[in-house]
Amino acid sequence: MIIPLLLIVLGVVLFVQSRRWPAAVQNVVLPGSVALVVLCLWHIGAAAQERPILPTPKLVAVALVNLVADGTLWRYVIASVFRVSVGFVLAAAVGIPFGLVVGWSTRAFTAFNPLVQGLRPISPIAWIPIAILLFGIGDGSAVFLIFLASFFPIVVGTMAAVRNISLVHVRSAQNFGLHGMELFRHVVFPASLPQIITSLRIALGVAWLVVVAAEMIAVNSGLGYMIIDARNQGMRYDLVVAGMLVIGAIGIVLDLGIRRLETFDEVRWGYAKR
Amino acid sequence: MSSDAPGRSKVVISSVSKDFSTRKGALSVLQEVSLDVREGEFMCLLGPSGCGKSTLLNIVGGFERPTSGRVTIDGEEVTGPDPRRVFVFQEYGIFPWASVWDNVALGLRKRDARERSRIVQATIDLVGLTGFEKSYPFELSGGMKQRVEVARALAVSPDVIYMDEPFGALDSLTRLTMRAELIRIWQSERKTIMFVTHDVDESLQLADRIVVFTSRPGRIAEVVTVGMSHPRELGSPEYAAVKNRLYDLLGVRHTV
Repeated sequence: MIIPLLLIVLGVVLFVQSRRWPAAVQNVVLPGSVALVVLCLWHIGAAAQERPILPTPKLVAVALVNLVADGTLWRYVIASVFRVSVGFVLAAAVGIPFGLVVGWSTRAFTAFNPLVQGLRPISPIAWIPIAILLFGIGDGSAVFLIFLASFFPIVVGTMAAVRNISLVHVRSAQNFGLHGMELFRHVVFPASLPQIITSLRIALGVAWLVVVAAEMIAVNSGLGYMIIDARNQGMRYDLVVAGMLVIGAIGIVLDLGIRRLETFDEVRWGYAKR
Repeated sequence: MSSDAPGRSKVVISSVSKDFSTRKGALSVLQEVSLDVREGEFMCLLGPSGCGKSTLLNIVGGFERPTSGRVTIDGEEVTGPDPRRVFVFQEYGIFPWASVWDNVALGLRKRDARERSRIVQATIDLVGLTGFEKSYPFELSGGMKQRVEVARALAVSPDVIYMDEPFGALDSLTRLTMRAELIRIWQSERKTIMFVTHDVDESLQLADRIVVFTSRPGRIAEVVTVGMSHPRELGSPEYAAVKNRLYDLLGVRHTV
């Protein structure tokens, strides 16, 4: 018990002292000290249980090493990322063109917007029974749920982006005689792209949330399945927490990946300078 | 009224009125405006904010329809925007997602590649942006962005250019430079220019004739012929005389 307490003191001291250090060092020390304190508090809490149910950080680390060693983790990560990729790409492939058209045409907007707004607030989780009915237990259901989860943020974001295109740009386009596909290629699409990328980011985040839920019910592989299986097959909470940590880490990687889209010259104008 | 302006009629505005419907009922913005713009002429539309001068320009440009009256260019009625007459906007109308080169090339999509490159480069050189072809608008200053916008308009060699307070967002020194540049370009290209401004000095430095508007509903108070050649001496007695005349027409005091 004395070591975690000392580490907490160390974390607090580092946090306070780092004020005087260079920014580059602070960028490492600040989040590092917070993580250290949280880990220690977790350890103290877990170790204080009368009947040990919640695992200590050390047990979780051992579980993670074992999962990596026997190859399960890798297999499950690939299964989850695969489902998210397929559902997300399908949603973008359908959602972006749909959003562009519905956002641009007043008639299409009047016709489709109420439907979109009505379906949007329904949690993808609520679709699970329908998904299983339509696609059975398996990848089909999971991909369908990911598709739904990402489709609405993409459509709503794209629609809003198109409707926000500045009147001056639309008039310039008309003035230079742009029509039809040319208008979409030179103006409507590039003008909406920054906001479309933001909606893709949101959609990917939601998709990653939903895949875990879908895998708990509709399939028997993937990180969500790993978590629910570890609990059902013998209360292996070390595996449950290990799975949670991996989900968080992959979520960060996915977000960093998609944020790279925001750095291209064609879209940089659309994001506030910081 | 302005029979001393030479040249043949280019843009003819006949009894144009424009009402906007608001919650309080119809609001008359322009009333019975008639005007004759000569070919190759630099004409300024001058008036206080909200006098309808921008609305008139939008009607002439084909973006809005008059409630009554009509506009013809070369005898042909204006029914919509047309690439032969290009609008330079108050806010930046250039595309922030495209490079300087691609912006200037916007109106030249149907030309063959070699001709297009030649025109784009020549126009970029003309407005003094050589070396910035690959830059994006967010990398340019306000004055440079406005040059891109002027270049984009000139590239299609339009016969009329409409400018709606194009230098309004620039600082006063850059504005002076841009006016001199615009006069230089106008003298070499001899396009017909209709230029909206609320700045008395700006209209005096640029225009052959100045159309002075009354405030809402907008009507033409008078068309003033400037009658000075370029470059204009801003301290000359002639300049001061026309300026005082404009202030009188606008109902503004000469002293602060």
